[in-house]
Amino acid sequence: MRLTQGTFSFLPDLTDSQIAAQVQYCIDNGWAVNIEFTDDPHPRNTYWDMWGEPMFDLADAAGVMAELGKCREIYGERYIRISAFDNSPGWESLRLSFIVNRPENEPGFRLDRQETEGRNIRYTTHAYAAELPEGKRYNGKG
Amino acid sequence: MDNDVPDEMSETEETAAAPASSDAAGEIDLNKEIAESGIEEVLDELDRELVGLAPVKKRIREIAALLLVERMRRQLGLSVEAPTLHMSFTGNPGTGKTTVALRMAEILHRLGFVRRGHLVSVTRDDLVGQYIGHTAPKTKEVLKKAMGGVLFIDEAYYLYRPENERDYGQEAIEILLQVMENQREDLVVILAGYADRMETFFASNPGFRSRIAHHIDFPDYSDAELMSIADLLLHEMNYRFSPEARAAFARYIEARKAQPLFANGRSIRNALDRARLRQANRLVANRSAKLSAEDLITIEPEDILASRVFEIDRAAKADETQ
Repeated sequence: MRLTQGTFSFLPDLTDSQIAAQVQYCIDNGWAVNIEFTDDPHPRNTYWDMWGEPMFDLADAAGVMAELGKCREIYGERYIRISAFDNSPGWESLRLSFIVNRPENEPGFRLDRQETEGRNIRYTTHAYAAELPEGKRYNGKG
Repeated sequence: MDNDVPDEMSETEETAAAPASSDAAGEIDLNKEIAESGIEEVLDELDRELVGLAPVKKRIREIAALLLVERMRRQLGLSVEAPTLHMSFTGNPGTGKTTVALRMAEILHRLGFVRRGHLVSVTRDDLVGQYIGHTAPKTKEVLKKAMGGVLFIDEAYYLYRPENERDYGQEAIEILLQVMENQREDLVVILAGYADRMETFFASNPGFRSRIAHHIDFPDYSDAELMSIADLLLHEMNYRFSPEARAAFARYIEARKAQPLFANGRSIRNALDRARLRQANRLVANRSAKLSAEDLITIEPEDILASRVFEIDRAAKADETQ
């Protein structure tokens, strides 16, 4: 199951030149660009690992693309996303966030139903990938 | 097509013939190319605003012509690889290396060889860390900021410290070389510094020499050129010399040149700043009730003659005669 999250979730995966164009848009707006990765696909997982520090004061997307390339080399079998932060309101706020890398095989989710009082049912999204410990998910690579 | 090359292009006329030879593959209008890139403006500005430096200006025009031709070749599909554009600027302090680097960034940008055209100016401290593992992120950070523009490394030879084999400068050099080779289309590196030290630096780092396409040497300014720099700077600040002050300043230049740590244009700027200080002091000390605009803009000889440079000069001359 193809995981979709963030700004361009309704589009097919962006190519590298499309990613570079989006990053350039962020830089031109004066936003800081950040690269993060994770192997926990749950939509409510907010704890992504940072790849280096957020990149401030860049002029060109080439620097971000070089970092993304290095991140893919090591964590190519994990999800990688690029986020852009705007600090013009006086604090860093997220403007744009999109997935730029995904594992080859995405086993997807199972829906668990729990019967509770009355005829109520509680639902849990259970990621098959998360059954294995961190770092062992997705073909054991990454 | 060669015939309608305007006069101002006469210095680069040898390049005008180049596109004619590629006519077979399609035609490009050289004049239109030049007008579109706006490169003439930058070159004219360079001529107008920088005093002297004739060999440098000539080299810059040559490089600009080369880039223009390269750009047209690219449009006709004749160029395959991004050209090596890294440069080294050698010359004594204050000879205009940073200023020319700024213009170079603009030229490269107008011709489309760098995408943004900004200049990031750094020295050893910005690239080399203080402990193990500090250098690589620091250097990469700087490189990332310079991507799409020009990285200007002032006094580049300080990166290499042969007397200390554990010096982290070597690490910065290796990262730099790698990026200079692999990301030529993202970044142009300009190394700057004294000619002789640069020479030793290149001798011990052959990797740099082979990756640098253009070496430009900045000559020292002559006395007359330093004088016109002074006039230009004063004009920019809305001041001017009285005729006697001008004569005094000519003597000042002569005396200052003979003394150590003379930094060409920069020394002139500093001398003028001090003269302005003395002028202000003189005006306030006189307490004359009415000051005209004339008084406020004129630098008098006493503002210059009070300089310590003359004292040192006199002492040196006295020593010689003894």
